Amino acid sequence: MGHLLRYIFEPGLFGSGPVHVAFAVGTVIAITSAVVGVFTVTRGQSFAGHSLADIATTGGAGAFLIGLNQFWGYLAFGVGAAAFMEMIGVQRRRGRDVATGVVLGAALGLAALFLYLGTQESSTTGASFTILFGSMFAITPSTVPALIASALLALVTVAVLARVLLLSSLSPDIAAARGVPVRAVGAAYLMALAVSVALSAVIIGAVLSTALLIGPAATALRVAKGPVRAMAVAAGIGVAATWLGIVLAYDSFYWPPAGRGWPVSFFVVTLIVGGYLVTYLRRRDRREAAPEALDAEQVCSPV
Amino acid sequence: MMTAELLRLDGVGVQLGGREILGDVSLTIRPGEFTGLIGPNGAGKTTLLRVILGLQPVTRGSVLIDGAPRAARDASIGYVPQKLAIEPDMPLRVRDVVSLGIDGHKFGIRLPSRARRELVADMLTAVGAQRYADARVGELSGGEQQRVMIAHALISRPRLLLLDEPLANLDISSEQGIVSVLARLARAEGIAVLLSAHDMNPLMPVMDRIVYVAAGRVAVGLTDEVVQPEVLSRLYGQHVDVVRVHGRVLVVAAPEGVDAAEAAAEDASVVR
Repeated sequence: MGHLLRYIFEPGLFGSGPVHVAFAVGTVIAITSAVVGVFTVTRGQSFAGHSLADIATTGGAGAFLIGLNQFWGYLAFGVGAAAFMEMIGVQRRRGRDVATGVVLGAALGLAALFLYLGTQESSTTGASFTILFGSMFAITPSTVPALIASALLALVTVAVLARVLLLSSLSPDIAAARGVPVRAVGAAYLMALAVSVALSAVIIGAVLSTALLIGPAATALRVAKGPVRAMAVAAGIGVAATWLGIVLAYDSFYWPPAGRGWPVSFFVVTLIVGGYLVTYLRRRDRREAAPEALDAEQVCSPV
Repeated sequence: MMTAELLRLDGVGVQLGGREILGDVSLTIRPGEFTGLIGPNGAGKTTLLRVILGLQPVTRGSVLIDGAPRAARDASIGYVPQKLAIEPDMPLRVRDVVSLGIDGHKFGIRLPSRARRELVADMLTAVGAQRYADARVGELSGGEQQRVMIAHALISRPRLLLLDEPLANLDISSEQGIVSVLARLARAEGIAVLLSAHDMNPLMPVMDRIVYVAAGRVAVGLTDEVVQPEVLSRLYGQHVDVVRVHGRVLVVAAPEGVDAAEAAAEDASVVR
């Protein structure tokens, strides 16, 4: 048993500085992404989240090119893109669709240029990989306070907006009739989403960052009923996937091809998708077993 | 008792993109009255409700609540919109939805409380939705969702409840269930109800007054006064017949080629 544990938790795992940072920052960001993600899925804004991630990629690549920490690039481009998306507005769905597609193409093209120029110049071959797919073991310790502060900002924003976001998701008309500034609330939420995407880009990469945002939330929404429980379950899934991902990545230094280690992002994303598939299959089973639980409508009202 | 007007619309007109949706609508609603907002699809019923809610600016005329211009947020009006498209994975249980009726428009975090839980449970019982209090609202049938949304609208104790086509796409028994719940609550709590529908028949037993909308204009009064071929023909701008069968009413357009005089002669035999 002790042998097995030592096999899973490599000696040295808990003694390494970068691993400490990975655990601490990974936990905070996983919780933030999961909580923000519950609202993203509820509001049907998964695609907006993905768009922000693509544009954040450009920001990360640009920041690397000019020698800044990638996080600032993710953040600046993500928030800028969110403001732009809000400006195009939500009124014309089709126009927004086309605009988003064109902008995303341009953004990723630019990202390719930045990465090419950046990596040619300084011959840091890992940079492209870090920006696209993240690296939890390569978080610069000096950015940790900024990462935590940004995470808290996103969490507080979502907590303040929680009820009006839920009411607006239920019916924007009811919310508006009750005096909720629906559009401003949507814009504030989009900013929190952009911050959250920038954060998860740091740990699992810009391209994969929506996995941490949408995956745990979508899984939680399948199993938990109320909003608070859904957020708690999503946070639990996000944190579990992040921790397990870190442990497995550390272990994988001894896996073939030996001596290189597999990327953390691979483990985190695979675990999240695996969790989603399990709930998806289980729920389908249950639905087939008991098709209609809540059908009979009463003719006369009781009381 | 209270006889003052709760709601008054004076000469309200709405134009959207140069097209007149509503023209010169005047009506009043008194506390506790059950009013049917009846008319065909596209007649302007939803627009009229949105005007009262303050969601649709008017081109001319005025909307008065308790004799004063409508405030930006008026807690005295509850609203049940047309059938909502709620995804099954929306993380809201029935009790969460009703709870949002209390303070869903407020910012910040709220701690759970026993008093709130009991208030929500009582409201669910009042609309006959207590059985599915813990179900997700997106998994309910249309009739069940309507009950929940009525509870959501009523829990903040409005004095006027607006419902937009709450009976659309319901089976007959759900329809009767919703109507009787509304009539009972309106009477017990003195809430005025303004309910839009394209078919007036399910409302016949409970409706005090009718606002008949056609082509952006309205006729207002007691059901028997308004649902007359002359009144409705004037409203539609073409000849319509009113057919009464076993206490039910059908409003039908006259076939093309029937001129007004001929139709008027026939009215005598149609309307009894």
